[in-house]
Amino acid sequence: MTSLSAKDKDRVRAFWAKVSGKEDEIGSDAFSRMLVVYPQTKTYFSHWKDLSPGSAQVQKHGKTIITAVADAVTKIDDLTAGLLSLSELHAYKLRVDPGNFKILAHNLLVVLSIKFPKDFTPEVHVAMDKFLAAVARALSEKYR
Amino acid sequence: MVVWTEFERSTIQDIFSKINYDVVGPAALSRCLIVYPWTQRYFGGFGNLYNAAAIMENPKVAAHGRVVLKGLELAQKNMDSIKATFADLSKLHSEKLLVDPDNFKLLTDCLAIVVAAELGEDFTAEVHAVFQKFLAVVVASLRKQYY
Repeated sequence: MTSLSAKDKDRVRAFWAKVSGKEDEIGSDAFSRMLVVYPQTKTYFSHWKDLSPGSAQVQKHGKTIITAVADAVTKIDDLTAGLLSLSELHAYKLRVDPGNFKILAHNLLVVLSIKFPKDFTPEVHVAMDKFLAAVARALSEKYR
Repeated sequence: MVVWTEFERSTIQDIFSKINYDVVGPAALSRCLIVYPWTQRYFGGFGNLYNAAAIMENPKVAAHGRVVLKGLELAQKNMDSIKATFADLSKLHSEKLLVDPDNFKLLTDCLAIVVAAELGEDFTAEVHAVFQKFLAVVVASLRKQYY
């Protein structure tokens, strides 16, 4: 859709600075929440024994994801280049339908809203929504 | 026919008893207009929607936010017949208001985020899942009369 303005990027960076320190729990909560609230996403993890929120694999994967999102914040000026290898991974190996990126993004925003009810203002919300959509676009780059 | 478990019924009742309608309705609608600005196309008569601050202070937005939440409360009070309860509302949105039904999801996404902020850690994954199911039924019912 639209690209990130300078103000969007500033807002994302400023808000993410506040998130710093809580990333792991946010990542784990968002990912495990997605598996519960949108059960169709579990189809990508049928090779895992335990898909409940407390499971070690689920917690760990939540951290993996949020680490990548935090990295994307630092590469916000050129997400396509910055996320190239991740894009190839998702396109050729994981082949996650890109519709699911939106679902995960929504769950991330819900968790951020829970953890930062005052800081997650509508302006921050739109900047983060745009950022996560841009990340999703960069991840889909190599799909076809 | 939508089947609701006891847990789902009590969870929805619980959510509606805990949220402040005067906060959640206006906050969800204004957030929708800010985060998805193209939704403003339906509110030409609402005056100043120029920026986030204006939207959040706009009394017509706030009033309409309350109307929307009252509509959701109607669904909550008629959980076993949401489709029938919303038949007229669906016709209204389709034939008179001419709202693109894809917009319903944008509003319900904002609602989930606002309710999450209200309920905090009480908005667990399980509660969230029930709320999401409820909103999906509401949206499907609102889409029903579109031809």
